[in-house]
Amino acid sequence: MNFSETLKSLWVQSPGKRQGIAAKKYIIKRANKASIVMNITLISLAILTIYGFFTFEYKDVKILEVIAATAANFKTMLLEPRFNHFDLSKGLYQVGVTLGLAFLTTLIGGFIALFLGLLAAQNLSSLIVSNIIKGFVAFVRAVPTVLWVLIFAVAAGLGSVAAVIGMTFHTVGYLIKAYSESFEEVDAGVIEALKGSGANWWQIVFQAVIPSSATYLLSWTFMRFEINYMNAVAMGAAAGAGGIGYELFMDSSFYFDLREIGLITYFILAIAVMLEFISIKLKVKLRED
Amino acid sequence: MRVEALIKRRRNNLIFFAVLLAATLVSIIITEFEVTKAFTSIPRAIGWAVKSFYPNANSLEKIPKILVKLRETVLLSIASTTVAAIFAAFLALFGSKTTQINSFLAAVSRGIASIFRNIPVAAWALILLLSFGQSSLTGYFALFFATWGFLTRAFMETIDEVGSEGVEALKAVGASYFHIIFQAVIPSSLPQMISWVLFMVETNIRSSTLVGILTGTGIGFIFNLYYKSFQYNAASLVVVFIIISVLVIEYISNYVRRVIL
Repeated sequence: MNFSETLKSLWVQSPGKRQGIAAKKYIIKRANKASIVMNITLISLAILTIYGFFTFEYKDVKILEVIAATAANFKTMLLEPRFNHFDLSKGLYQVGVTLGLAFLTTLIGGFIALFLGLLAAQNLSSLIVSNIIKGFVAFVRAVPTVLWVLIFAVAAGLGSVAAVIGMTFHTVGYLIKAYSESFEEVDAGVIEALKGSGANWWQIVFQAVIPSSATYLLSWTFMRFEINYMNAVAMGAAAGAGGIGYELFMDSSFYFDLREIGLITYFILAIAVMLEFISIKLKVKLRED
Repeated sequence: MRVEALIKRRRNNLIFFAVLLAATLVSIIITEFEVTKAFTSIPRAIGWAVKSFYPNANSLEKIPKILVKLRETVLLSIASTTVAAIFAAFLALFGSKTTQINSFLAAVSRGIASIFRNIPVAAWALILLLSFGQSSLTGYFALFFATWGFLTRAFMETIDEVGSEGVEALKAVGASYFHIIFQAVIPSSLPQMISWVLFMVETNIRSSTLVGILTGTGIGFIFNLYYKSFQYNAASLVVVFIIISVLVIEYISNYVRRVIL
């Protein structure tokens, strides 16, 4: 995942834009305000953390004993991974199911986000439409993915359909943001030239905007695929979507099988690291082109 | 030449879409995804939501109970994020190119961060469930580990990006390692680090709903309770409170970001 870009996904207005004619005095005032706000933030976080520790339900967990037990569990998981309830081919199949869920979600989400992203880009759309879509994204983001999935599961039943539709919501929100910013970076002169020569909106979009931002779109989409893989593991565990997450849930909640949990964790980790590796390679290659 | 390039590009595009199509078909088969059901279930879900997924007078009585759980979840997210941030700051100092002690330690800390980050938070919850049982601590440590991995990577990039300003100058005048860290690196990267911490607090409120469903704690537990007992009005009220809390936290952190960055 690219970090400075992820941060941008919050749609924060950069302070630089509003600071064009800042006088020196104003800058000093700003610096003071910034350090005050920073201190208040840090102190509030510290107080809330300490307060949190006093309010948690510990349910008589004896912390030292539990840490010792956890260490022993980790040792078993890491050093003695073993199949018990399924074999290698079934394990690979279940990983495939999880990847399939992530793929379908990314594909559908990317398709929807492509259109909404065009409408959210300020150079291709009006301010009102762009803001309506941004509001919609803020709302979608506020509901956790697992709740979207469970809400759809009432109508579609627990399974891959509810999982894919539910996970699509956050995917669309994330990609609209990413796509529309890629579109906004398209050279304004090209769009003007096409407009001047009488091209209509669709022609501008398909002849200029999408081709010139295609590599960015691809890199963002793959990044979302990585996130969706993690989500698909979680939905297998929490919302009956199947896949490797479901096996992990069964081992943890019903069989209490540490060795198989260890093995599944290695599986999940290996795929995630592999996806990250591909993503980095892809980005390097795209930058070279 | 241009024609050849065009043909090559067209062929690459064709291969790309063929691979995409094949992957789609394989995914549909392997996940037993019913395409028609997917289309019909969207109007059905909307119809159901309009008919029964809204808070009613009865569910309003449950507000105090929901608020207790919401407080637990919000505090859990904040506490796990701040403690993880402290650990992440140390690991990031070892791992960053600017402040690393030696390249071996840097590689080790990058590896640790990568492992913790690439195990999904749901997997952490299920792993820890075995020893911690259904207490807040399960969720706490699940969020802690995943956040630690993420923030370490984020802090490393921040230090490499902005924290290196002034390091050379301080080195030149013979400042000690700790002087450099506390006088140059931390002050210049603190605003971005705080921004990342706030980002993780937001993310963790959503994640802790998921973790709560798996471990039977917090707002996720109470949603699951109402959901599984078909009390959809109460469940929708839980969703409303989650939305409000996420939006409020997002608003606060956007304000803080605007001022400090």
